[in-house]
Amino acid sequence: MSLITRPRASLAVNRGRRGAKDQRPAWEEPPSRLGSSAKAVVITVLVIVMTLPFVTVLSTSLASQKEITAAGGFVLFPTEPTFQAYTTILSGGIVTRAVLVSLAITVTGTVLSLLTTITLAYALSKRGVPGSKPVLLLVLFTLLFAPGMIPMYVLVKELGLLDSYWALILPGLVNAFNLVVMRAFFMNIPEELYQAARIDGAGDWRILTRIVMPLSKGVIAVVGLFYAVTYWNAFFNAMLYLNDTGKWPIQLVLRTYVVQSKQLNADQLGITHMPPQQSISMAVVMLALLPILALYPFLQKYFTKGVLTGAIKG
Amino acid sequence: MISLKTERRPDTTSAAHEARTPKARKQARPPTSRVPLGRRLRNNWVMLALMAPGLLFFVVFFYVPMLGNIVAFEDYQPFIGFKDSALVGFSNFQELFADAAFWEAVRNTLLFAALQLVLYFPAPLALALLVNSLVGSKVRRFVQSIVYLPHFISWVLVVALFQQVLGGAGLLNNFLRAHGMDPLDIMTNPHAFPLLITAQVIWKDIGWGMIIYLAALANVDQSLYEAAAVDGANRWRRMWHVTLPAVRSVTIMLLVLRLGDVLSVGFEQFLLQRDAVGPRAAEVLDTYVYYHGVVYGDWSIGAAAGLVKGVIGALMIWGANRLAHAFGEQGVYSK
Repeated sequence: MSLITRPRASLAVNRGRRGAKDQRPAWEEPPSRLGSSAKAVVITVLVIVMTLPFVTVLSTSLASQKEITAAGGFVLFPTEPTFQAYTTILSGGIVTRAVLVSLAITVTGTVLSLLTTITLAYALSKRGVPGSKPVLLLVLFTLLFAPGMIPMYVLVKELGLLDSYWALILPGLVNAFNLVVMRAFFMNIPEELYQAARIDGAGDWRILTRIVMPLSKGVIAVVGLFYAVTYWNAFFNAMLYLNDTGKWPIQLVLRTYVVQSKQLNADQLGITHMPPQQSISMAVVMLALLPILALYPFLQKYFTKGVLTGAIKG
Repeated sequence: MISLKTERRPDTTSAAHEARTPKARKQARPPTSRVPLGRRLRNNWVMLALMAPGLLFFVVFFYVPMLGNIVAFEDYQPFIGFKDSALVGFSNFQELFADAAFWEAVRNTLLFAALQLVLYFPAPLALALLVNSLVGSKVRRFVQSIVYLPHFISWVLVVALFQQVLGGAGLLNNFLRAHGMDPLDIMTNPHAFPLLITAQVIWKDIGWGMIIYLAALANVDQSLYEAAAVDGANRWRRMWHVTLPAVRSVTIMLLVLRLGDVLSVGFEQFLLQRDAVGPRAAEVLDTYVYYHGVVYGDWSIGAAAGLVKGVIGALMIWGANRLAHAFGEQGVYSK
C-alpha cells in the first residue's frame, strides 16, 4: 500500500544525490581553496540576508522601551526580553479581533476548499462519468484566463457578499492548480482497488471515503496547507470586499498600522498604558508570521512533492 | 459494474449517436457506449452530485464574471446595475488608449517584467547549482530550509520586513546614523524602486524557484559525470555539457510560464508600496485597474484595462507555448 501513496520515486528531492555517504566520488578533483571559500562566503551571506529581517523583528518585539531608545529603534539582542507587547495587543481590541477573524477564515476556508476540491477531483478522475471531459476543460481554461478584478467585484456585490466574510472564502474556493494536482494523484491509484471495492459492494461515496482519501493523506495535506497559507496571507480581497474596518483580517491590520505606519492608539487596543510603538508593531508582524512558522515544518515536508506533481502533470 | 470498464470517450452525446449507428460499428465500440445516457446518469448520480459543488463554483466565480466583462463595453453605473447600464461599444477602450496614465502603467509593467526576467529568472538556477555542489547533505538541508521560508509569508509581511531593515528608521539607516554616515533613502526613492521590487522578488522566491531545478539536477545520471571526468572534462566543462543540458527543458517550461504571466508583476507588492514612491513609479496594469476602477469609480474604464490585460496574457501563454514547441520542448501543455 505504501507504494501507492508515492506517485513518483524521483520526487524525493531532499535526499542528497550522493546518498548518505556525503563524500566526493573518487573521480572528482579536490575543490580549490579559493572555490570552497567563495562558496562558503556566498552561503553565509545568503543565510544572513534571509534570516536577518526575522531576527530583527523578533528581537525588537521582545525589547523594552529603554532598550529601544538606547539602540535608536532596533534591538538585535534584547537583554531583558519582555512579552508586554504581545500581552497588550492580545488583550482585546483591533489586533486580537483581526487574529481571530483570520484564524476563523483560514480554518473554515481550508475545510470548505478541501471538501470541494476532493469531491470534484474524484469525480473528474474516474472514467465513464458523464460530462467529466467538458467539465475538466472548463476547469483547465481558468488557468489560462482570469475574469478580472472589476467583474469579480461587481459579482460579489450583486451576490450581496460585500462586507461579508464569505467574500473572503467563496471567490477563491477551488484553485484549479490544486485540483489538477489532486486529480493526478487520484488517477495513480490502481484500478484494481476500485474493482475490488466494487465487488465488495461499495458505492462511489464509500470508495472515496474508505479507499481514496486514506490513500491520499499526503496530497490532501499538501493541498490543505497551500489553501491554509493562501487564506492566512490574503489581504487584497479583504481590502476590496470589506469596507467595515471592524471586520479586517490580520494582514490588513498589518498593512495599515505597520506598512503605512498609522499609530495604534491605546483606545483601539483597549488598554490604558502603552508599551513602545516599535515593539507593538513588531509584535503584530510576529503574530502574522507565527502560524506560517508553525506550519512550516509540515509545509517543507510535503510541498516539494506537491509542486513537482503539479509541474509534471499540469 | 458498468462504470468500471475503461472507456475512451465519455462524451455525453455518444449514447444518442449510438442509436443511429449500424450494428457493425456498434460492436467495434467499447461495451459501455451501449448504455443509454439516462441510465448512465442514474448509475453515476453519486459522482455527479460530488461534481456539482466544484462545478457550481467554477461557473459562478469564473464564467459568470467572465461574461461580466461586458461591463467594459458599457457605461456602467453601480446604482443602476450592469443589466440596465447603457451599451457604449468600444468607446471605453478609445478613452483608455487615449489616457497617458494607462500607457505609463503599461510601460512600468513591461519595465518590471523585463527586470525580473533578466535579474530574477536566472537566480534560482544559479542557487540550485550552488546548493547542488555542496557535498554535505546537512548543510544542504539547512540552506534549503532557510531559503524556502520567505515564499510562504505574505507580501504585506515581506514589505514590512524590508521596511524594518532598509526603511528610513530601519536597521541599516540606524547603523549608518550611529556611525556618522548619511542615511540612504531606499524604500521611498522612485529611482531605486525597480531594483527594490526585483530584490524583494528574489528574496521571497529564490528558494521556491530552486526546488524544481534541484529535482532536475537530482535526476542526472551520475555516471555521465564520471564518464566526462574520465574523458578529461574539468568542473566547468562538466557543468556546460552535462548539468546545463539536464535542466534545459525545465528552464524552457519555466520561461514559458513566466512569459505567460508577464503582465501580472506582483500586484500586491505594488499596491503596498505605491504610496511610498508615488504612482508614476509604481503604477502597473493591475494597480491601474484597481485605482481607476474601484477607487476613482471609473468602473468601465477599469474593466476595459483588465480585459486588455487578460486577453494579452492569454495570448502570451499561447504564443510562448508555441515557441516552446518550436524548440522541440514540451512547454506547459501539449496539444
